[in-house]
Amino acid sequence: MKKLLGVVLILVLAVPLYAEIRLGALFAVTGPASFLGLPEKQTLEMLVEEINKEGGIAGEKVKLFLYDTKGLDTEARKKFIRLVKKDKVDAVIGPTRSGSTLAIKELAERYKTPLLSCAASKRIVQPLNKYVFKSPQSDTHAVGKIYNFLRKKGKSKVAIITAQNGFGDSGRTELLELAEEYGMKIVADEKFRDTDKDMTSQLTKISETNPDAIICWGVGPAPALVAKNARQLGLESMLIMSHGVASKKFIELAGEAAEGIILPAGRLLVADRLDKDSKYRSVLLKYKEAYEKRYDSSVSTFGGHAYDAFMMFKYGIEKGGKEADKMISAIENRGPFIGTAGEFNITATDHNGLDKSAFVMLKIHNGDWELIN
Amino acid sequence: MQFFYSGITSGSIFALVALGFNIIYNTTGIINFAQGEFVMIGGMLIYTLLSIYGLPFLIAAPLALMAALILGAIFERVFIKSVRSPNEIKLITITIAASIILRGLGMVIWGRNSLSVDAYVPYKILELPAGTLTSNSLLVIIVSLITAFSLSLFFKRSSLGKAFRACYDDKIAAGICGVDVSKIRMLAFAIAALLGVIAGIVTTPITYVTYTDGIMTGLKGFAAAILGGLGSFWGGVAGGLLLGIFEGFFASVFPSGYKDAFAFLVILAVLFLRPKGLFGKKKAERL
Repeated sequence: MKKLLGVVLILVLAVPLYAEIRLGALFAVTGPASFLGLPEKQTLEMLVEEINKEGGIAGEKVKLFLYDTKGLDTEARKKFIRLVKKDKVDAVIGPTRSGSTLAIKELAERYKTPLLSCAASKRIVQPLNKYVFKSPQSDTHAVGKIYNFLRKKGKSKVAIITAQNGFGDSGRTELLELAEEYGMKIVADEKFRDTDKDMTSQLTKISETNPDAIICWGVGPAPALVAKNARQLGLESMLIMSHGVASKKFIELAGEAAEGIILPAGRLLVADRLDKDSKYRSVLLKYKEAYEKRYDSSVSTFGGHAYDAFMMFKYGIEKGGKEADKMISAIENRGPFIGTAGEFNITATDHNGLDKSAFVMLKIHNGDWELIN
Repeated sequence: MQFFYSGITSGSIFALVALGFNIIYNTTGIINFAQGEFVMIGGMLIYTLLSIYGLPFLIAAPLALMAALILGAIFERVFIKSVRSPNEIKLITITIAASIILRGLGMVIWGRNSLSVDAYVPYKILELPAGTLTSNSLLVIIVSLITAFSLSLFFKRSSLGKAFRACYDDKIAAGICGVDVSKIRMLAFAIAALLGVIAGIVTTPITYVTYTDGIMTGLKGFAAAILGGLGSFWGGVAGGLLLGIFEGFFASVFPSGYKDAFAFLVILAVLFLRPKGLFGKKKAERL
């Protein structure tokens, strides 16, 4: 009798452990990349809550295990191992930063756990790792979009100024590599740090080369300083920024200096201004409205990356189940679908599935975004 | 020339921070590594008063300065005074710990975003020979110079200032001569915090403020203080300006990626070649 009771007790205890989907998440909620990580965390928490209210995925509730990487690669590694070994998660969403993702890329393979990264670098999916996906657009796409735009305007003399972090380095590499293909000539190649407070030295050097356009690649407050300093020095070249500044916060920081800046960005920022029959409109507006209502702050494309990653995960579980290999092959065989970052077309050889069309070119005008062609 | 103008602007900020280091060093003989955090808190305070409470600048600034004096005094009482059997290494370590605590508090209270305030003077670009300077940068330069000048006057002329210097030279002797060493110490921290907050107030419209700002500001200010000579006031000012100008030129000649490394090269070079700094003086001196 006692034995039987024991067995029953174990079964009762074991059932809740198995009747749930365990989802891990790693975001840089604090630290210098926190303005990326925070919307991602909030988005994911919101989605998990919503889905559990609707009864979970395929009848099972989702349990979220979320850790803060503080933007540190070592922390990301530690927490990933914890997620896999202790929390026994079925898949992991994140980390926020490219560097952190690259630091755990091989761990995903070693522990056979699907990793759905929210970071941009194309090295996350190239070379391809069976277990690693990513939801944001690659820098290659942004650079292509910018160079295309410049070519159409008949401009070719380009000066670049890039941040000294994973995002800036990756952007710089792409800018240099693709220049020739699009007929661009890089006349200056300057750098800055996230913590720099004054960029006039670099910009003065740039202005001596008299470029048609200055391309600034960075995130956070530093690009706003670049904009301000460029205005102060009276530079007349066209100022182009990366999708890293695609948030209202940037316009707020740069103030008047933001006026006229051109950048590639996902459609999320201009969701309500897209054509009524645009295939992106309904997905974007649904996320935007839910997020803004819940957190009372304006939506950013970064939270969108977490949204897209979660949608991949959800589909993988629905169609493939919790086993890693089946989940992965479900995601790979899904066919085209619309996310906040654009139209995904994930295949067994392309674990990002986005192309240049994921970006649109925006201009900052009167403190708001304006679509340009 | 543009490098020169830019250099002077950032140099004046370094100078203010360097002065903060010097005041505490002069009275207690320790380096306060939380000095950069005072600057961050200054920026945050002025942001809170101006943008959240909507006070006019003429009320907000004095309020922030008063808060700085109180904060500095509390800082000394909580972190420095309460240490049992203090020695310099212990106290310096404590200031590092305190800086981490302040940074954490900054994050909890003001969040992780970069915050900005509107400029205090109308935005104008001054055309100078071969370069430009904004009205805001000019404000920074003027405020730093005035502050340095009044401080130097205070220490040279007023009797309280003399008491400060006496404390540095010989605490015991100063105590025997009727100087309240403990009070002077607290005042030193209060004034250092005041300087930090002044720097924070004047720079926030130009550079924004984030909770992590204190680290770099503190290190650059420290480099400036070392360059000018620890403990020397005009040395701190000169060190700050020189560091700012060198940095600007450095970025113009070498790849700009190595700009920050320059400040640390300066610390090393000075410590190797001329440990007392460019304008440092020997400790023993008649008052």
